[in-house]
Amino acid sequence: MPADNKFVLSIEGLTVSFDGFKAVNDLSLYVDENEIRVIIGPNGAGKTTVLDLICGRTKADAGSIVFKDKELTKMKENQIVQAGVGRFFQNPSVYEELTVYENLELSYPRGRSVFGALFFRPDAELVERVEEVAETIFLADHLYDVAGELSHGQKQWLEIGMLLVQDPALMMLDEPVAGMSVTERRQTAELLHRIIQDRSVIVVEHDMNFVADIAHRVTVMHQGSVLSEGSMQHVQSDPRVKEVYLGH
Amino acid sequence: MNAAQSTAASRSFWLGFALLAGLILLVFPVLLDSFRLNLVGRYLTYAFVAVGLVLCWGYGGILSLGQGVFFGLGGYCLAMFLKLESSTPEATAIQSTPGIPDFMDWNQITALPWFWEPFNYLPVALIAVLVVPAVFAYVIGVAMFKRRVSGVYFAIITQAIAAIMTILIIGQQGYTGGINGITDLRTLLGWDIRSESAKTILYFVNAVLLLGALVLARWILTSKLGRILVAMRGKEDRVRFSGYSVANFKIFIFCVAAAMSGVGGAMFTLQFGFMSPSFVGIVPSIEMVIFAAVGGRLSILGAVYGALIVNWAKSALSEAFPELWLFAMGALFIAVVMAFPNGLAGLYSVYVAPIFPRIRAWAQRTRGMAPSATSASAPPLAEPEVSNAR
Repeated sequence: MPADNKFVLSIEGLTVSFDGFKAVNDLSLYVDENEIRVIIGPNGAGKTTVLDLICGRTKADAGSIVFKDKELTKMKENQIVQAGVGRFFQNPSVYEELTVYENLELSYPRGRSVFGALFFRPDAELVERVEEVAETIFLADHLYDVAGELSHGQKQWLEIGMLLVQDPALMMLDEPVAGMSVTERRQTAELLHRIIQDRSVIVVEHDMNFVADIAHRVTVMHQGSVLSEGSMQHVQSDPRVKEVYLGH
Repeated sequence: MNAAQSTAASRSFWLGFALLAGLILLVFPVLLDSFRLNLVGRYLTYAFVAVGLVLCWGYGGILSLGQGVFFGLGGYCLAMFLKLESSTPEATAIQSTPGIPDFMDWNQITALPWFWEPFNYLPVALIAVLVVPAVFAYVIGVAMFKRRVSGVYFAIITQAIAAIMTILIIGQQGYTGGINGITDLRTLLGWDIRSESAKTILYFVNAVLLLGALVLARWILTSKLGRILVAMRGKEDRVRFSGYSVANFKIFIFCVAAAMSGVGGAMFTLQFGFMSPSFVGIVPSIEMVIFAAVGGRLSILGAVYGALIVNWAKSALSEAFPELWLFAMGALFIAVVMAFPNGLAGLYSVYVAPIFPRIRAWAQRTRGMAPSATSASAPPLAEPEVSNAR
């Protein structure tokens, strides 16, 4: 096994069970710097649970998650975010009562403590960054609109924008193109291509065209464990994978 | 909010603030006799609690049904100092132990308890008015919010704390003055606080402090912290993934609300010369929530009007029909929740505020009939303004 410090993220022996059901079972996964890893698998394979475990939403029963020499299983959600892990949620969960500008401003990684936030004053750098990101996510004309009034696709973009302002070293995307119209899907795929540069990314996705398009490596999960791992071709030709997933 | 909208919102707040300041600093003192002015002074001490509730309930989403505890703690801190000042050995020479508060003597206590000692000093007492409620809120906050207790569970726990606090104060008569509270407070550093002129001065001190609390609340709400509170109220879980510790922000705003309540309690003690457990319990705590709800839980100015109006109604009604007040209060709360959830401030912004632009537009139209008829570009220019105003 290669030395740990080579990887941005090393997951080892990760296990969690809900009411006796092992959602993730002795899972090990290593993500390289600047690697784009896609996790696929049938429903209930534990894909989203793995993301929940990494970002601290679910606590592991056993195993370790090491991100840049930090043990994430012992950290709180906000500390994990501050360490540089960002999460894109399956259902857009932007702050509906705030404007697009304010949503992006809150995601900017400064003034995150109570008094930091109290005395935080937006500077030129922040305004520039927010405007730049708004441009990227096609919402430059909606900066001062209340987020609750945006369309579903626009909310999804805003969610991406919030992640972008956060500038995480490890980005986790949970079904980023789900529930989008065909045009929105194409625009989003294009957008994702741009924002996943220069960082490590873990994507959970069902859309195989999208997967084939972006993945460096693919991990296939089945019943909480890794079934197969490697390039898209390797995975697609694996008979076990065909049996549980692609063969359907 | 863009720059134009935020300056407009800021202008309307400061206009409302100036109106309120004019009302409590000029109109009331001029129009009301000293008895009524004193009553208004009492209502304004409750307004501190209501403003605090707008911060922690309206914005932070933390419904506390125990704000009376903090009002009481602030009030007791100052009452202890005033009581010690009036319990000089000369004034209490007839007691079996001269030099301690009279109620202690009645309860066979022969020495001043250790926790009373610091309250011999006014600076200590003044700091305690802010710090004791805030520290108590901090302890509750850490215990509850770090464990992610929220919503209705938190409300019930704060209510239980209010009940426990009342029982504790009443039960420990010798140390607290029991059900009568700490009474017969006469002087502040030798200044007679019961005189007519002192009452007027204290009314103004109270009013200015309240305006100061409003400025502070406004400053907090317009900071980034204010926007985090709004975000938290809607999507608490998401805020964690923006990198903020939800518990810490809740603890902070709860402590601010507690400290404000404490100042209100201390001003009550000063103006009325006593503090008693009847302000600490469940009923006063819920009444305070109603002040905020009626005024509008998203409006710090509204909360002050809520405290004034509900209390005025309470005095008017209980003078005429003493037994009806509790029913009226219940009905009022139901009406607010069912019919106008954003209180008077909500009614104002929906029905009254839109009138002003219409009046302005009408005035412009009647005054500038000739120019606007000749200038064809006027209507298209006006249009974007309307759509931006939402």
